Amino acid sequence: MMASKNIVCPVCGASCDDIQVELSGNSIAVKNACKMGNAKFQEIVSSHRIREPLLRKKGAIRPAQWEEAIERTAEILARARRPLIFMGSETSCEAMEVGLHLGEFLGAVVDSNSTVCHGPTAMGIQEAGRVGATAGQSKSRADLTVYWGSNPLESMPRHMSRYAVYPRGYWTRRGRFDRTVITVDPRKSITAGNSDLHIQLRPNSDHELLSALLTLLHGKRPHPSIEEVTGVSISQMEEMLELMKGCKFGTIYVGLGIASSYGKHRNAEAAFNLVKELNNYTKFVIGALRGHCNVAGFNQIASYLYGFPFGLDFSRGYPRYNPGEYTAVDLLRDKDVDAALIVSADPVSHFPAACAEYLAGIPMACIDIAPCPTTMLSDVVLPGVIDAMECDGTFYRLDDVPIYFQPFTKSPFSFTKSNADTMEQIFERVKAIKK
Amino acid sequence: MTEILLRSKGSIGIMVEAEVIIPDIFAGKKKEEIEGLIVWQGPFSLPLAEFFDVDVRSGAGLLEDTGSDGTRPDETSILIEGDVSRVKRIGQGMKAGRIEIHGSAGMHLGAEMTGGSILVRGDAGSWAGREMKGGLLHIAGSAADHIGSAYRGSWRGMTGGEIRIDGSARSQLGGGLVGGQIVVAGNVENFCGIRQSGGLIVVKGSAMRGVGAEMNGGTIAVCGDIRQFSPGFIETGHEENVKLGDMQLEGLYAKFTGDYALGKNPKGSLYCREG
Ligand code: SF4
Repeated sequence: MMASKNIVCPVCGASCDDIQVELSGNSIAVKNACKMGNAKFQEIVSSHRIREPLLRKKGAIRPAQWEEAIERTAEILARARRPLIFMGSETSCEAMEVGLHLGEFLGAVVDSNSTVCHGPTAMGIQEAGRVGATAGQSKSRADLTVYWGSNPLESMPRHMSRYAVYPRGYWTRRGRFDRTVITVDPRKSITAGNSDLHIQLRPNSDHELLSALLTLLHGKRPHPSIEEVTGVSISQMEEMLELMKGCKFGTIYVGLGIASSYGKHRNAEAAFNLVKELNNYTKFVIGALRGHCNVAGFNQIASYLYGFPFGLDFSRGYPRYNPGEYTAVDLLRDKDVDAALIVSADPVSHFPAACAEYLAGIPMACIDIAPCPTTMLSDVVLPGVIDAMECDGTFYRLDDVPIYFQPFTKSPFSFTKSNADTMEQIFERVKAIKK
Repeated sequence: MTEILLRSKGSIGIMVEAEVIIPDIFAGKKKEEIEGLIVWQGPFSLPLAEFFDVDVRSGAGLLEDTGSDGTRPDETSILIEGDVSRVKRIGQGMKAGRIEIHGSAGMHLGAEMTGGSILVRGDAGSWAGREMKGGLLHIAGSAADHIGSAYRGSWRGMTGGEIRIDGSARSQLGGGLVGGQIVVAGNVENFCGIRQSGGLIVVKGSAMRGVGAEMNGGTIAVCGDIRQFSPGFIETGHEENVKLGDMQLEGLYAKFTGDYALGKNPKGSLYCREG
């Protein structure tokens, strides 16, 4: 029996750091985590955990020695003309850093999950700049919370209770009673149900709604077609804008409703522009509700190491960035890579079918903790170590604050201490082959 | 005149980057020298001859009155045969001369070109004419995204020259347009002329949404319908048979100024056909 406190949850971007666990033999008891968090903690004792390396030979998959599996992974990468290294978001920055350096060494493309989630939000920041704040700022000060295209009660269950709506802050002593909540969502989500104002816009009209709010801010009445296009009346827009201009401190949390509906980075850019201009009236900030525990981490370290937040192409010896050209989905759809290393992610399930189909046909290695469509199509499967449970490392929280985590147990494997360790071992072998 | 024929050797796997395919570099070079020019495939640099058969026909139609031997860039014409839709950056940065492609071209065709002309008889990939400064880019087929637009992180797209598209174009056509003109015979999708500050875009067909979003100057005309109109455009009047540059548009047009979502005093003009 072993009890541990202040464990970081390795699931969503909230990076809750108050989890308590008791691990005893084949069971684990978890306190403070939400349902999503608890489910991941159960993985550590799950019977379907991948516990040994696997190799595919002539279609059939068989258990293999660790050295053999590392060697095969290195060969796949070293022999490729243009490999794709996909660093998923459920692993540490330390592992991602090795992946980026390996990509530079090979002249490969390195991408991460934000390519299919908040990548457009990062692109919007590059276009418009961003007024941001840490989660603590909004917790202490925000009297207006806007969820735009996000549904935290289902995607980040503790966001409202830990950071944004219910907690009592220094200037928000009465918690929920001191805050107004607006949700902008085409659906009647449970978050919308718990809000004071629900702006139910038509799908794929976020850009028009944001433009209309900006037009009103600039003293003009938007073109009358806006009511038909967005399904929101101009008077409702004015009501929303008055709430925004009148608050003491407002925070917008954007979700994939902004980043992945039609308009993508143009939606994000418009949202950042709106927030910039609201600062002419009051204090206003904006941030993204990041899906996975370390999806923000890749953006941060790729930016500080190589200047770009995702989709980095090293083929010409220096980093280049052009979403649509050097991003994983586009490269796979255009058959413009010829091998892949997938770390802690399942692109075969989450990418468009054409990409999954192409992945099935090229040499692929992966690191993962449990079977999934990607492991099923891989030529090499390296067992993953669970970050924040079995090894230490760093995640970046949704507000881009780095969270150092310590494990409550250790790696179950003698051959690797962490995914970062596995990546280092692959890199060593790649260097030896390329010498 | 010198005519250089490039014939694609067959299907290309990983896409090739070939910014050396411009008259400025080919001019005055022998067949062997052109064959040895370096192109990139992933991290590997390879000679052009790996992907193309090269044929140089010099002296064809010598310009007698100039006394030149036909080897200057502006006397150099590159003809490309076969499918080069997996070859990127053809004509990038060209200053003079002519490129003609009998097929479709890959991304960044004629990007940053300052002069000369490109004719692609098939389709063009994304980023054709990106940040172009002069010359003529004629796409006889259809074009993908970001035609004539600014690159990532920049607000300044094409500044001069002309792009003609006989088919349709997808999204972000003329993004950040500063000068020059783009004429699309077919339709466009989203955010045509986003952040435009000068120049002219004419779309003979229809647009989906975001026309002129964040526009601050220059002119856009859409002859067909706009499905989701940008709300920051305010109607200022009507005009019959509008003349824009050297183009005459037939019919009655409503004129708008915008984008008021960008600021209090925008100077963009948008014409939409009414009848
Ligand atoms: S909100 Fe996210 S980080 Fe917090 S416990 Fe739930 S899944 Fe884990």
